[in-house]
Amino acid sequence: MAINTLSQLAVYSLVVGFIMTFVVITGFAYTTLLERKLLARLQHRVGPNRAGYIPIPTRGGKERKLLGGFMQPAADAVKLFFKEDMTPVMVDKWTYFLAPIITVIPAIFILAVIPWAGFVPYITPEGRDYFAIAPGINVGVLFILAITSISVYGVVLAGWSSNSKYAILGGIRASAQMISYELAMGLTVLVPVMLANSMDLGVIVEGQRGMWYLFLQPIAALVFWIAALAELQRAPFDLLEAEQELSAGFTVEYSSMRFGMFFLAEYMKMIIFCALFAVFFLGGYRGPFVDQVPALGFVYTALKVFLGLCVMIWIRASLPRFRYDQLMSFGWKVLLPISVVNFMIVAVMIVLVEEGVLGF
Amino acid sequence: MEGTPVQNDWYFILLFVVLSPILAAVPMLINYLLGPRKPNFIKQQTYECGVETVGDAWVQFKVQYYIYALVFVIFDIEAVFLFPVAAAYGQLPLFAIGAAVLFILLLADGLAYAWGRGVLEWV
Repeated sequence: MAINTLSQLAVYSLVVGFIMTFVVITGFAYTTLLERKLLARLQHRVGPNRAGYIPIPTRGGKERKLLGGFMQPAADAVKLFFKEDMTPVMVDKWTYFLAPIITVIPAIFILAVIPWAGFVPYITPEGRDYFAIAPGINVGVLFILAITSISVYGVVLAGWSSNSKYAILGGIRASAQMISYELAMGLTVLVPVMLANSMDLGVIVEGQRGMWYLFLQPIAALVFWIAALAELQRAPFDLLEAEQELSAGFTVEYSSMRFGMFFLAEYMKMIIFCALFAVFFLGGYRGPFVDQVPALGFVYTALKVFLGLCVMIWIRASLPRFRYDQLMSFGWKVLLPISVVNFMIVAVMIVLVEEGVLGF
Repeated sequence: MEGTPVQNDWYFILLFVVLSPILAAVPMLINYLLGPRKPNFIKQQTYECGVETVGDAWVQFKVQYYIYALVFVIFDIEAVFLFPVAAAYGQLPLFAIGAAVLFILLLADGLAYAWGRGVLEWV
């Protein structure tokens, strides 16, 4: 990104800020719709099909509902805006008020370092050869790990400040679960870093020019995916909001848009982790003809993220929830040793390949 | 316009420092302006299934959660130390790789110790 003056920076920042806001809001909104629709289909239901359908009259006098439900996110948002924001008397006021904001901030923050597309000429006339919202952060991977660590706070503070038994149980469970799986995730992310010899996400993507790291490192990819699901508190790791036992976990005392903030953070993080999985293991924005038409990078990233989201929803529809002791022992006794051993194997393999013992 | 060249990409992180609290606060502000406010006693009670809540929730809880957190801190710091090694792996001399292997073995040893002491057992 060749930005030479502060005024150029200001203009660029405003443009990026506007685009970001737009993309974030639509992306989040339509992920919720995708989840509801896909879950419904997987359970042989129809899902939301009323808001914003296009009626097409057919010959029998009945009408076909086309594009049913595509305005559902807007309807949900309007509903959340007009709901009463209740504050129970028992809560710790300031923490209760700040917890949703603290949850959302890291979710938006990670978005900054993801490379969405390669060299896009009309955005970057010269300079760096890929476009990220925050391009060229050379410690991108560390930045991501740091910010994901911070995102534990929002959930824990929300659970604690609500002063409700369900909420505090959810909050404490969340803290233990998220830190446990963060460990496995950190050690797994080392593998793409080692293969690409860089912590810059753009360089990691370019390193997958020949072959996706998914095929080179299927174990690392699998461990990363599982750890990401646990970080996101998605099923089968959704113990902290387990509907049947904790009713809603840490969000139980939150209403209206404050609840919506937790929702937003969760779905934002879904998108982000799918994008990260794409960057680390699925070749990011790389695909056919991306060298000739760099703008295709956006399409490939979007496609891979969409695929990842569908798999996440599929997993939610298919797998039952873990028990808490199973969850903990799985994280510490299975994923963590696997990722340590995998890291060492990869290190040895790289040395062997470089020394010419193994030919690739 | 002339000015000092802005080469530092971390300015974009600064943009997000500004942008993310705004994105978080604006919906809540809109909700504050649009939503009704009719609090009453029953509504403001803590949620509980059909009965009144007894006491508050800030009580002692299982020590196991703390132990996991303690073990986590050690391992996470160790994992972060591996990142420079991984990022520079192509240029490392054999001695440095040996040191890294030793470091990982110590890490694995710590895990084995915690495992053997039964710390990872959820009881």
